[in-house]
Amino acid sequence: MATLNVLVLVCLSYVALLFIVAFMADRAAKQGRARWLRSPVIYTLSLSIYCTAWTFYGAVGFAARSGLEFVTIYLGPSLVMIGWWWTLRKMVRVGRSQRITSIADLISSRFGKSNSLAVFVTVIAVIVLAPYIALQLQSVTLSFDTVASPDFIATKDASGQQATALWVAAGLAVFTILFGTRNVDANERHHGVVMAIAIEAVVKLIALLAVGVFVVWGLSGGIGATLDRIDASPIATWEVPGSRWVGLTLLSAAAFICLPRMFQVMVVESEHEDHLRMASWAFPAYLMAMSLFVVPIAVVGLDMLPADANPDLFVLTLPLMEGREGLAILSFLGGFSSATSMVIVAAIALSTMVSNHIVMPIWLRSTGGSAIISGDVRSVALLARRLAIAVILFLGYLYLRLSGGGSALAAIGLISFVGAAQFLPALMGGLFWRGATRSGAMAGLGLGFVVWLYCLFLPSFGPSGILPQTVFENGLFGMSWLRPYALFGTEGMDPVMHAVLWSILLNAGSFILVSILSLPQPIERLQAPQYVNVFDHSSTPGGWSGGLAQSEDLMIMAQRIMGARDAQTLFAEEAQRQGLGGYLPEPSPDFLNRLERELSGSIGAAAAHAMISQIVGGATVSVQDLMAVADETAQIMEYSSRLEAKTDEQARTARQLREANEKLTQISVQKDAFLSQISHELRTPMTSIRSFSEILRDTDSLSGEERNKYASIIQEEATRLTRLLDDLLDLSVLENSQVVLNQQSGTLFDLLERAIAAADVNGKLRIHRKPEREKIMLNTDLDRLTQVFINLISNAGKYCESDTPELRIKAETRDGDLVVDFIDNGEGIPRNHQAVIFEKFARVGETKAGGAGVGLAICRAVMGRLGGSISYVPGQAGAAFRVRVPMEAGQHVQAAQ
Amino acid sequence: MRRGPPTIFVQERTYKRRRMADAARMLPILGVILFMIPLLWSDGETGSDSTRTAAVMIYLFVVWAALTGVAAVLSRRLGPEEDTPEDSATEEDAG
Repeated sequence: MATLNVLVLVCLSYVALLFIVAFMADRAAKQGRARWLRSPVIYTLSLSIYCTAWTFYGAVGFAARSGLEFVTIYLGPSLVMIGWWWTLRKMVRVGRSQRITSIADLISSRFGKSNSLAVFVTVIAVIVLAPYIALQLQSVTLSFDTVASPDFIATKDASGQQATALWVAAGLAVFTILFGTRNVDANERHHGVVMAIAIEAVVKLIALLAVGVFVVWGLSGGIGATLDRIDASPIATWEVPGSRWVGLTLLSAAAFICLPRMFQVMVVESEHEDHLRMASWAFPAYLMAMSLFVVPIAVVGLDMLPADANPDLFVLTLPLMEGREGLAILSFLGGFSSATSMVIVAAIALSTMVSNHIVMPIWLRSTGGSAIISGDVRSVALLARRLAIAVILFLGYLYLRLSGGGSALAAIGLISFVGAAQFLPALMGGLFWRGATRSGAMAGLGLGFVVWLYCLFLPSFGPSGILPQTVFENGLFGMSWLRPYALFGTEGMDPVMHAVLWSILLNAGSFILVSILSLPQPIERLQAPQYVNVFDHSSTPGGWSGGLAQSEDLMIMAQRIMGARDAQTLFAEEAQRQGLGGYLPEPSPDFLNRLERELSGSIGAAAAHAMISQIVGGATVSVQDLMAVADETAQIMEYSSRLEAKTDEQARTARQLREANEKLTQISVQKDAFLSQISHELRTPMTSIRSFSEILRDTDSLSGEERNKYASIIQEEATRLTRLLDDLLDLSVLENSQVVLNQQSGTLFDLLERAIAAADVNGKLRIHRKPEREKIMLNTDLDRLTQVFINLISNAGKYCESDTPELRIKAETRDGDLVVDFIDNGEGIPRNHQAVIFEKFARVGETKAGGAGVGLAICRAVMGRLGGSISYVPGQAGAAFRVRVPMEAGQHVQAAQ
Repeated sequence: MRRGPPTIFVQERTYKRRRMADAARMLPILGVILFMIPLLWSDGETGSDSTRTAAVMIYLFVVWAALTGVAAVLSRRLGPEEDTPEDSATEEDAG
């Protein structure tokens, strides 16, 4: 027993060493000096938790029983690693981009973030892992017993073994709790644990290689002798059944991907996708090294050890029998390392799943489900994890106890492998098939799990264990096609292969069928391309487009979850980093991402994301939310478009009002101008009339000639005044459309003759005409048109400032209108006056001939009444006026002739 | 969300890298075939003089080592710095 005490001491010091390593690694990581311990080498070594006590002890036992078949368990994972470009690369990318915390998280998140699916996967994983944990307990128990027993052959005393197993289970539980849940770490990454696992990986490799070297060169006498020994051994011939060879290779490959602890180290703890590159060849090399001496050890053990020695312990018993104490202790440590590392990681992975998917949702729901709750979420999460670890180890112990504990290690391990492989269809379907649905995943997992339970797990408790003997012989409910080892009448198959065949077949079949038949929820459809086409999407996780969050709310929530001190430290650090004082940093996307990472370590990625999004109001998590937002947006858009229409209408109205106002102002100005003009126009003749009439009255000494002259001035002025008043009256009548037109017929020639005679410009103005062009019949108010012509001709006579004034009158028909141009050879009208000459009282400069300035205004009014127009034509030799009159009537008259 | 249609003519380096990725994809298939070959050996119906475990063991470990070696060469050629369009944006260095 002295040796046992030494062993316990060695174990404790080894554990203490691991603690120190983990502590240092965690501290280094906290101080940001963690680059070297997140290297690809460490990653590769951490993958070696695939090699558990099953590998260390069980592989030799497996080889001693079935020859080279043991190697399939390592060929499968090697092929998966070599084929990393197919699967693992995608898994790691998805894991990083979706912030996956466990395999349950990955599957549930792919299928619409369904928590029921996550719970289902978690429960399956816990049950599936029980045999695996039992395997570790059994191997450590056996190794202790072997060293303790006097002849180094493990005793078959069941009760004694169970007592040891309980101690081992309790010890491992405490060890794992202390190790794995010292802190609830960011993003479920455990730097210290990973580092310790890497150390353990090295220890177990060295231990196994040392035993192998000792066996080959120490006991057998070299490679050649060892090969001879193999040829002479009971396992000399290659007699592996093809179905098991292929089946176990595929099974181990599937289990390598699906085992929760492998997922933990491969995806969750993965620091960088690129680490896979090195692992892709280094890990197969590690597996090869681990398998290299298995057959020699098995052969030598079979040869040298007593027939009743347990082949699972050859690795330990061979050095012990040869009296190599040191080597034996190294070997024992190797086995211990294999078992502990597996238990730690598996328990951490499972407890994370239990805590994130079962305990936390229930707890959050029962306490109101929002972030604003009293109490420390972190302590609940920690407690949940610790309890989960204890429960998981207890389940393992229970399995060991119920199954009797006498089975070969490899046989127990395979039960777990088949169970874990049930995740494969949902996992691969989720990663590669967009059409995979939640219902399909549920159906496949459920059916596969039930078949596994019935065909492998329950029968593993022995013929009289949980399933009664009659079920084995006659099938469930007496239906012979439901016998656990011969489903649907497939008799004579190897039980493991039988279970693999039916469970995977039914699992994958129902998964595909139900997926095809069922309709995915919108959020599943959203998630599907995120997984299947992960390389097309951005490789960085969806960041927070924050800025709206209230730092204080975030602080309150973070305190609830992380504890007040840690949260305040985090916020203060961030504030300092941003160059701010106090505790409240700006809610930058960087900070929000960091906070989410920190929180997800405590409460799971999905919950952390949901909580932050609740406060930030940024990325929404549920499609329902998105739809609500979309509805709201649609409403807002409709409202705003209505507003826009109204605004346009108002703008139009305003413009109209503005124009009306401008017009009114102009009219007002015009009115003022008109009043002042007219008073001026009336006053001038009145003044002369008054003054001359006063002279006539007051001056007696006037000659008859003078009297006559003054009287004629008064008469002239009165005439002018009358004419002006007539004009004004005329204009007013014309502009108010009160004039009655007097339709007459006549030729243009006659009209012009009359107008020239009336204008009285003979001698003053030479007029050029082309009478032959003027034979145009017109049917309009000829008197009015003549009035216009007279006005234009007399204007030319009055204002043309040429030495030899000339006027050309051109007539033509254009587009059914008669167009008459009056062009003189004067200086014309300056450009700035052209616009106003047709206005009332508009006069161009102070001209020699006094006029009231209403002539052209009257012309315009007349032409408007006749349906035509008068305009000034710029750019001619002198002033040019164009009169346009519609000719309908004129043409009619011509046709009548 | 592919950025534009896939180009037909790419740089020689990118082209080489894609073929390396093809090789990396094919390697496990080759491995499966090679690992399954010993099954064909046991078909010798001579009974007593069937295939030796030692021979199969040596064959398996040689194939294993060869696959590992090829995988190492391939993974070296599939460095992350020269991403093909297929695997999109660059990975940010977390931690």
